[in-house]
Amino acid sequence: MKLPIYMDYSATTPVDPRVASVMIPYLTEKFGNPASRSHAFGWEADAAVELAREQVAALVNADPKEIIWTSGATESNNLAIKGAVHFYQGKGKHVITMSTEHKAVLDTVRELEREGFSATYLDPEPSGLLDLEKFRAALRPDTVLVSVMLVNNEIGVIQDIAAIGEICRDKGILFHVDAAQATGKVAIDLQQLKVDLMSFSAHKTYGPKGIGALYVRRKPRVRLEAQMHGGGHERGMRSGTLPTHQIAGMGEAFRIAREEMAQENERMRMLRDRLLKGLMTMEEVHVNGDMEQRVPHNLNLSFNFVEGESLMMAIKDVAVSSGSACTSASLEPSYVLRALGRSDELAHSSIRFSIGRFTTVEEVDYVIELLKNKIGRLRELSPLWEMYKDGVDLSSVQWAAH
Amino acid sequence: MAYSEKLLDHYDHPRNVGSMDKDAAEVGTGMVGAPACGDVMKLQIKVGKDGVIEDAKFKTYGCGSAIASSSLVTEWVKGKTVDQALQIKNTQIAEELALPPVKIHCSILAEDAIKAAVADYKNKHNAVVETPACGEICKG
Repeated sequence: MKLPIYMDYSATTPVDPRVASVMIPYLTEKFGNPASRSHAFGWEADAAVELAREQVAALVNADPKEIIWTSGATESNNLAIKGAVHFYQGKGKHVITMSTEHKAVLDTVRELEREGFSATYLDPEPSGLLDLEKFRAALRPDTVLVSVMLVNNEIGVIQDIAAIGEICRDKGILFHVDAAQATGKVAIDLQQLKVDLMSFSAHKTYGPKGIGALYVRRKPRVRLEAQMHGGGHERGMRSGTLPTHQIAGMGEAFRIAREEMAQENERMRMLRDRLLKGLMTMEEVHVNGDMEQRVPHNLNLSFNFVEGESLMMAIKDVAVSSGSACTSASLEPSYVLRALGRSDELAHSSIRFSIGRFTTVEEVDYVIELLKNKIGRLRELSPLWEMYKDGVDLSSVQWAAH
Repeated sequence: MAYSEKLLDHYDHPRNVGSMDKDAAEVGTGMVGAPACGDVMKLQIKVGKDGVIEDAKFKTYGCGSAIASSSLVTEWVKGKTVDQALQIKNTQIAEELALPPVKIHCSILAEDAIKAAVADYKNKHNAVVETPACGEICKG
């Protein structure tokens, strides 16, 4: 077994070697501009782009004509939300999203507020899931767009976008879904789902960084105001020369995801559950987010009375993420965990493990033993653990001004 | 983030971890920070009849820099009188451990912990007490 161990697949994934080998020829020999209509170099590149478009569409059961290339999910979210809301603002100027969305959605909606739109940020239930009745109650006659992510990046919970879509369609409201964390983890059928716009990223699914896509529904047709102006690429919705090698890589990554998803998810679930079982043998370990409506590779745990960043330092041979934000100026922990109603202590004590295609049983077992050892040591250092062991109710303590 | 060797040494091998009897007359206890902010430091000093700190113990919940800062101050206060201990400044702690700017609040907390421990000791002996300075603002 090699150190360090990578358990941060929700941050990014390595490019699958099969994907890398598909990409390379488009950097050297097949370098043509796919927009060059007059010669073989262009035709060859264009064929690669269109094959990839079919591969991406196939994973989500969409028409290839509904797929627009972007630089990644951040751009897709910006284009979808700003593009649609700007185009349809005559219908209304109210947007609904969730407080647990990725910053690429939250900051985009904040920008719309600065432009004069109004927004509602719905909090999830303690499970991380959206309550549909609360959602229904938030809808207004002037609501023009709803944006809810399919899979949460921190806690991995899966929102019921089928039900949300039905409600939106019924009211004639556009529905955007950020699916960056979902591809290859959750089956997506856009023939069935009432979703108008969906954002994708390649690098969360063993493809390269710097490439993504936006699904824009054709029936009923959804129109967007372009954010990037220029040569009129991607049917005028997103100008800019297409990066053929990146696109070919994303296509191949999504082809592999489609073919191997069922099998791979079984293996992920087995490894994740092994990790969970091993770590839950310790006291005061809490799971963040619903365990049923959750992608199989994510585990977000709070190790009470141990601060997340010091734990990450103790396990420096394991790459994970922490919901603690001691490094940021605000000193505030993860906004996602806070939105679940988790106490600040538990939010500061959280670690996100995300396993993936190249994680082994041996690595999982190593991480379990390492954590047990280090958490024991850090708890010996923790005044909060000492107080807890002495039976002090920490919520009753008057903490000194700080 | 790259941490200094001294910081990592204190983090990996913290000095003077433990607790003393907080009700003992010769012990001063300072507990600063709040769980909501992500750091809580408990510093205890044991003061001899001559006013010299004979022993110090700490426990800290917080990031690596907070643990290292508190470990360091337990070493520094030993052998000092309580008034000398009050002269330790957060800037000295930050400099010794080469704390990055986002971690300066850890050194402020360690300085506050010394002040709080001394204040508690002086309280027990009815001396004039200096109020600890307020550190980083935490919205938690």
